[in-house]
Amino acid sequence: MSLLGLTSQLLEIMAALLLAPLLTGWVNQCRAWLQNRSAPGLLQPYRVLHKLFHKDSVVAERASPLFLGAPYIVFGCMVLACAIVPTLSTDLPLAPAADAIALVGLFALARVFISLAAMDVGTSFGTLGARREMLVGFLAEPALLMVLFSASMISKSTSLTTIVETLGHRELAIHPSLAFAGVAFTIVSLAENARIPVDNPATHLELTMIHEALILEYSGRHLALVEWAASLKLFAYSCIGLALFFPWGVAEAHAPLELLLALPVLVLKLAIGGVLLALLETVSAKMRIFRVPEFLATAFLLAVIGLLVHILLEV
Amino acid sequence: MTAISSWIHLDWMLLVVAGWLLIGIVGVIALRRFELVASVLFPAGGLLGAALFGVAASALFAGPQVAVLALGLPGLPFHLRLDSLSAFFLMVIAGAAAGVSAFATGYFRKGEGTPPGLLCLEYHVFLASMALVVLADDAYFFMVTWETMALSSFFLVIANHRIPEIRRAGYLYLLVAHIGAIGILLCFGVLQADTGDYTFANMRAQQLAPFWASTAFLLALFGFGAKAGVVPLHVWLPEAHPAAPSPVSALMSGVMLKTAVYGVLRVCFDLLHVQLWWWGVVMLAVGLATALFGVVFAAAQVDMKRLLAYSSIENIGLLFAGIGLAVLFSAYGMHPLAALALTAALYHVASHAFFKSLLFIGTGAVLHATGERSLGKLGGLVRTMPWVAWMTLVGVLASAGLPPLGGFVAEWLLLQSFLLTPGLPSSFLNMLIPIVAALIALVAALSGYVMVKFFGVIFLGQPREHKLLEAHDAGTAERVGMLWLVAGCVALGLLPTLFIGLIDPVTKQLVAAGLGSTVAASGWLLVPASVERASYGPVLFLLGVATSFALTYLLVRRFYHGRLRRSAPWDCGFQWQTARMQDTAEGFGQPIRQIFEPFFRMQRELPSPFDEQPRYRVSVGDHVWHRIYLPIGAAVEYASKLIGLLQRGRIGTYLLYSFVTLIAVLLVVRP
Repeated sequence: MSLLGLTSQLLEIMAALLLAPLLTGWVNQCRAWLQNRSAPGLLQPYRVLHKLFHKDSVVAERASPLFLGAPYIVFGCMVLACAIVPTLSTDLPLAPAADAIALVGLFALARVFISLAAMDVGTSFGTLGARREMLVGFLAEPALLMVLFSASMISKSTSLTTIVETLGHRELAIHPSLAFAGVAFTIVSLAENARIPVDNPATHLELTMIHEALILEYSGRHLALVEWAASLKLFAYSCIGLALFFPWGVAEAHAPLELLLALPVLVLKLAIGGVLLALLETVSAKMRIFRVPEFLATAFLLAVIGLLVHILLEV
Repeated sequence: MTAISSWIHLDWMLLVVAGWLLIGIVGVIALRRFELVASVLFPAGGLLGAALFGVAASALFAGPQVAVLALGLPGLPFHLRLDSLSAFFLMVIAGAAAGVSAFATGYFRKGEGTPPGLLCLEYHVFLASMALVVLADDAYFFMVTWETMALSSFFLVIANHRIPEIRRAGYLYLLVAHIGAIGILLCFGVLQADTGDYTFANMRAQQLAPFWASTAFLLALFGFGAKAGVVPLHVWLPEAHPAAPSPVSALMSGVMLKTAVYGVLRVCFDLLHVQLWWWGVVMLAVGLATALFGVVFAAAQVDMKRLLAYSSIENIGLLFAGIGLAVLFSAYGMHPLAALALTAALYHVASHAFFKSLLFIGTGAVLHATGERSLGKLGGLVRTMPWVAWMTLVGVLASAGLPPLGGFVAEWLLLQSFLLTPGLPSSFLNMLIPIVAALIALVAALSGYVMVKFFGVIFLGQPREHKLLEAHDAGTAERVGMLWLVAGCVALGLLPTLFIGLIDPVTKQLVAAGLGSTVAASGWLLVPASVERASYGPVLFLLGVATSFALTYLLVRRFYHGRLRRSAPWDCGFQWQTARMQDTAEGFGQPIRQIFEPFFRMQRELPSPFDEQPRYRVSVGDHVWHRIYLPIGAAVEYASKLIGLLQRGRIGTYLLYSFVTLIAVLLVVRP
């Protein structure tokens, strides 16, 4: 474990923690512009977090320790996820702890805990949210895994750092499998991050809400952590997308200069990604909840087709 | 009589088995002495289990040991053999049995069906026969112990024999067990290749033609598949598991199903000298169909033990898929990959034994405290039964295949064996790999859904019945038993390198390759090939999550505050919440029922908007039962009715039959 590796690991975690709310703010701002509304400031998510941390946490009388602990667990999972996805550098001491499969497991762990916490108080909305979250999860999770497998098959490795290094160094060849995987990944990340057309982060309408129903009972610091974890998740997914499909500009071991350059490159890539996400959300309409399984099954099948295409054409 | 110092592992194991039988006999002598049975005999059985666990662990590396017991029929003694494969399965059996026995101490009560002393006999005979099944080295002894296992567990299933459904479930179990046993017997018949010598040593020496080898394989798959609960032979599982007392369901599901896996491995990799590639494809297909079927049905269940039974079917499916993959690789001579797939399967054997036993005895504790098995009448138990709830949570997370627990390691290894495939010689098989991997990922994700339902509906939320508020937590002995199994789940999750080291001699024995040396070289990280290809470090993983948990907790308190106010739940301002407004088990399973509708045979009764007293009813049936078993049953009944026509009940008619038979015989048989 080199000093440089440790530095880039710490830098990456700090960058994730600080940039994640900014990314959420940027997406919200773009969305507001596209919808011809006046936008909240770019720093609004930080203000919200600061406010929530200051407030008392109001918790239901019958809430168990699981309910109180879940935000910390989910937050911890998301921090680890951001730490192992190579965003700035591929020289990460924590990366061997979890490869692509374990990363999917990490997201699943967070999902199970937040769903269990939502069922803990025993309100109708909480259980409804938990059920819908698990519904989205059981289709999105294998789809994400298949997307990652497509990249793994190209680089013959499930280690995320190796995937990024291989994909970053290859010649600009067209991989048809990655095209399928790209579409599948877009659908999965929309669903997993509670975005339109699967969920709408801006409403509390019981017919449609998923993520908001899950966290309805949280307040104060717990809510702050859950919200922060949600933006970390969006950040992690964006970074996975960048790592798989646009892996250029990530620093490698023994290259301190590249590390300095990697941050502005990442910010630029995320800014463009944020605009695209806002655009995608603005042009699509919210889907009925019963349509969501079909939508996600499409992603799953596309990802599997991607794998088949890889085996047929690219091996 | 040799001196104790020169005893080999096998002797010690037989001593433990004899100890179990002795405990059973003491139990019968003290038939009604409940205190003795509960507070002495069951704990003693548990301790013997722990001892056997230790002996088996040290026997893994010791090399084969054989013994001949001068029991059995004249000229047909019992042959025993202890090799790495049997030692591994003995470890699993004994490890899970130790925890379950400790739990059983507090579980069995007076005055419910079979007297405790008799239960104690059946229980320990069951344990002893499972241990002997994996030690048997000839077909005769194997079948004797196999049948003892089936019969003792049958009597345990019908412990509450006054209830008609339980008797019916027991009958179904016995029937399927015996149909399976016929398959196994025929398989041994094929394997001995007309030599008349039924020892396994002789079977190993035979070189069967591919046709006969395949016949033996298919018979073994059928016979052991019936015991393991492979679709379509699974029908007994969801009936027998809920009927049995919880420690018994724990043993049957966690341990007994594994003896069938052992049988498949013994026949495929040890007794048969070749493997054909299509065997692997058959096992993969059967395994995946079973896994998907099991998990989808588990999501639709409303009885907690039936849910777990279907979840066991799912896990057996995954195990068979792993073994199928190992057969496939082995048939093509790719031994390192076969070892990887087999390691994944064996890892899953161990972790499933621990987490499923844990979950079943968790439901046992709930059943005891509340008297309810139906998920629709439970809820909120985390507040009245915190010990049981938290320990069950560990089992739930392991069963959902989440890191950093045991279930995930097995799943990870299995998926790795797909990804590390460098390309099988046939492009058809290569196309199969991504589809199979996708199905395994889907099953794993669905099992997360099932487990959230299981835990959420039983332990979280508001209690759906008033009496749940008085539920009592588990007693000390029950906690000890559960803690042992929890420790197993956690250790299997955090120390994969250690346990793969233990599996290493088994895969070396079966497929002549092992992961032990590769894995041991990389310390805390689990690395099947090289760090660049794949690695997983559960300890580092846990440390990562735990550190950020702790840091966040401290920093929030340092920079802000830790104030907490309790009040009524918010729920969007709706004040009139009742426990009835939570999702029921039916509601939680509804999306799965809708998405996988063709899997189910559903009957629904929906209320119309004008009903004065609206009633909603849904019953979920199994197509296999209605399409295969009921027609077979009807055919058997029809045939016996035809035969019944002969039965006239008049002596004259019967004399006529004898006369006709005599004439016919005289016509055929000429002196």
